[in-house]
Amino acid sequence: MAKATTNIPEGVELRISSSPHVRSGQSTSKAMWTVAAAIAPTAALGVYFFGVYQLAVIATCVAFALLAEATAKAMRKQKPTLLDGSAALTGLLLALVLPPNVSLVFAALGSVFGIVVGKEIFGGLGYNIFNPALVGRAFLQAAFPSAMTTWTMPDLTPDAMTSATPLALSKFGDQAAKAGIDFGAMFFGNIGGCIGETSALAIIVGGVALVALGVVNWRIPVSIILGVVVFGGLFNLIDPATYPNPIFHLLGGGLLFGAFFMASDWVTSPLTASALWIYGLAIALLVVVIRLFGGLPEGVMYAILIMNAVAPMLNRFTRPKLFGEAKKA
Amino acid sequence: MALTFRGGAHPPEGKALSEDKPLERLPLSKEIIIPLSQHIGKPANPLVKKGDEVKTGQVLAEADGFISAPVHSSVTGKVTKIAKGPTPSGYPKEAILIKPSEEEEKEFFDPLDPDSVEPEQIIERVQKAGLVGQGGAAFPTSVKLSPPKGKEIDWLIINGAECEPYLTRDYRMMIEEPDAVVAGLKLLMKAVGVKKGGVGIETNKPKAIEAMTEAVKNVENVEVYPLKTKYPQGAEKMLIKAITGKEVPPGKLPLDVGAVVQNVGTARAVYRAVKEGEPPYEVALTVTGGGIKEPKNLYVRVGTPIKDVIEFCGGLTDDAERVIVGGPMMGVAQYDLGAPVLKATSGILALTKKEAAKSAETPCLRCGKCVDVCPVNLLPTRLALLSRRERFEDAEDVGVMTCMECGTCVYVCPANIPLVHWIRLGKQEVAALQRKRRAAS
Ligand code: SF4
Ligand code: SF4
Repeated sequence: MAKATTNIPEGVELRISSSPHVRSGQSTSKAMWTVAAAIAPTAALGVYFFGVYQLAVIATCVAFALLAEATAKAMRKQKPTLLDGSAALTGLLLALVLPPNVSLVFAALGSVFGIVVGKEIFGGLGYNIFNPALVGRAFLQAAFPSAMTTWTMPDLTPDAMTSATPLALSKFGDQAAKAGIDFGAMFFGNIGGCIGETSALAIIVGGVALVALGVVNWRIPVSIILGVVVFGGLFNLIDPATYPNPIFHLLGGGLLFGAFFMASDWVTSPLTASALWIYGLAIALLVVVIRLFGGLPEGVMYAILIMNAVAPMLNRFTRPKLFGEAKKA
Repeated sequence: MALTFRGGAHPPEGKALSEDKPLERLPLSKEIIIPLSQHIGKPANPLVKKGDEVKTGQVLAEADGFISAPVHSSVTGKVTKIAKGPTPSGYPKEAILIKPSEEEEKEFFDPLDPDSVEPEQIIERVQKAGLVGQGGAAFPTSVKLSPPKGKEIDWLIINGAECEPYLTRDYRMMIEEPDAVVAGLKLLMKAVGVKKGGVGIETNKPKAIEAMTEAVKNVENVEVYPLKTKYPQGAEKMLIKAITGKEVPPGKLPLDVGAVVQNVGTARAVYRAVKEGEPPYEVALTVTGGGIKEPKNLYVRVGTPIKDVIEFCGGLTDDAERVIVGGPMMGVAQYDLGAPVLKATSGILALTKKEAAKSAETPCLRCGKCVDVCPVNLLPTRLALLSRRERFEDAEDVGVMTCMECGTCVYVCPANIPLVHWIRLGKQEVAALQRKRRAAS
């Protein structure tokens, strides 16, 4: 690049650089904003079902995520990276996995913890091992367990009141409660749960759009959903009275949200095709096992965090055969 | 379904700028620069000296050894100098400078009858005419046609994929002179003694598929294979995979799976070298891109300075930002437009700021896109990291030498990391390591 150019017509300035000379136009920030846009309908429905207060939760999470990142960068004398959209996206993701009407103090705390401990400590975007939004969520769960499991039914239901989620009901409720679970409501979102986990429809629309745009690797949601259906179905076949229908696993809790928007995070998911399959199937298995046998009603968050930790190892063990390299029999 | 390979990408084609422009010729330049090395291997030995009068087609320098190729004069004129001159690769090389005269006189080889010519005669003619592979590596064609004893070759494939965006010169040759290309293919098949011939063409060139299909209609054992339009479909390994289903293993040559691949231009040039006795004194190329005022397809005399070619095409636009010899994916950016067109030059591309735009580099996001698209199943992000950290032996272990430098990984990378730049560095270092190891053993 330092080389002087010669024999160039006047008025033209040439640049030298190595091939290729054209790009797809993809960029980090474009991808982040695309994900945010794909999540917007889900967020909007969360606000619609649970009330405008949830807008304040989202705004708080986003604002504190940006603030935390700006502060961390300034302290380490690095270039500000607010415009890459990743911190804002972390804030949005975190807000949507919080219970409705959560205190704004908790929202802010979770956001700051997620950005600082989940990302900046590792060196910033690209170097983190765990999904920062889930780190924030896990922190809140550990520090304020009861606040994190107080569920409000959507405003639209006649008796809006604190209630258990369908998942908690299935686990800890009686048979009668189980029988009353309405898959239709679960699909459209008129159920209790986290702000962004209520409407399977909105999640699928946004998620499929991301897959179509090539932002989300299709192998992740496909393997998780397939895995949950298969593993959940197996238990259901063994003993239908104790273990719920796999559709229930799919529509319940944060499964779809996690599959499309959390597990698919670029930085914390593996690279190779076979590693992606293992990652997705393992998340599914962990979710089913935690839900059925663990002490918690929900397992998506821990399943993803555990597999985030394993992802680098998966890459190492699944290096694809080079083109033309002898295939092992 | 059109044939193809796994991976790859589909950059905007950009071919509309020039695809309908017939190949034409430009006036002779005032000075012609003919480098002695226009191929991989040893430079040729000059046979002329300053002040000599030379004719078009006359041998200027002879091949030095097996992997080498002679060079011929592309004009009639007087040798003014033998000195170091610029080349499109960026490295100055010994060159013969010629001032063309008004009258043109040709000194070609004796014409041979394509129907009765013997295989050895074809190879000898190809060698004497100094034909080299077009695009990229410029390997002497005669070497590719002389497989070591014991290697069974069953396929002769003509590469009409032209998968590099923007370039349209193969396309033009296929629709303007399909019969010459097929005649060349037949000569090549005879030279190597193979039964099966194929022409691979991407489906974005229906007219070329049509013209070539018509031209091979009455030729036995030769077929046109429509290929999916996807970069790098024209890479030798990808082309062979798509047509024959065979994969060339890492570190091996097409010969090892029984295939020889030649360019469209080479087939045409082989035909002309045999039929007319003509050495490749001119080369077909596409001059295009948003930075060129009037994109064209041209036959250009070898040795013509790039700036004269650009001028003939109306010059550069004000927002032209990069001049590239070759295509946008694998071509080389130029800083001296006085460098000459070579036998292997496939195009001159001027890209505008907008066309060559890229966003800022960020750390790797581990999105896996580079892994998804790499046609030879490498992990480009890992290779680049290993090179950056100077862990060259580790890079060798994970296959860095298999990288074709096709650039697909960089094209899709959202973090805009110059992966190929780092991988190229790694390959150079590993090559040096391997030389050292060989010397030691
Ligand atoms: S690593 Fe090499 S072969 Fe693979 S996509 Fe990148 S440049 Fe092409
Ligand atoms: S495409 Fe770029 S950002 Fe994505 S994994 Fe490869 S190097 Fe990293």
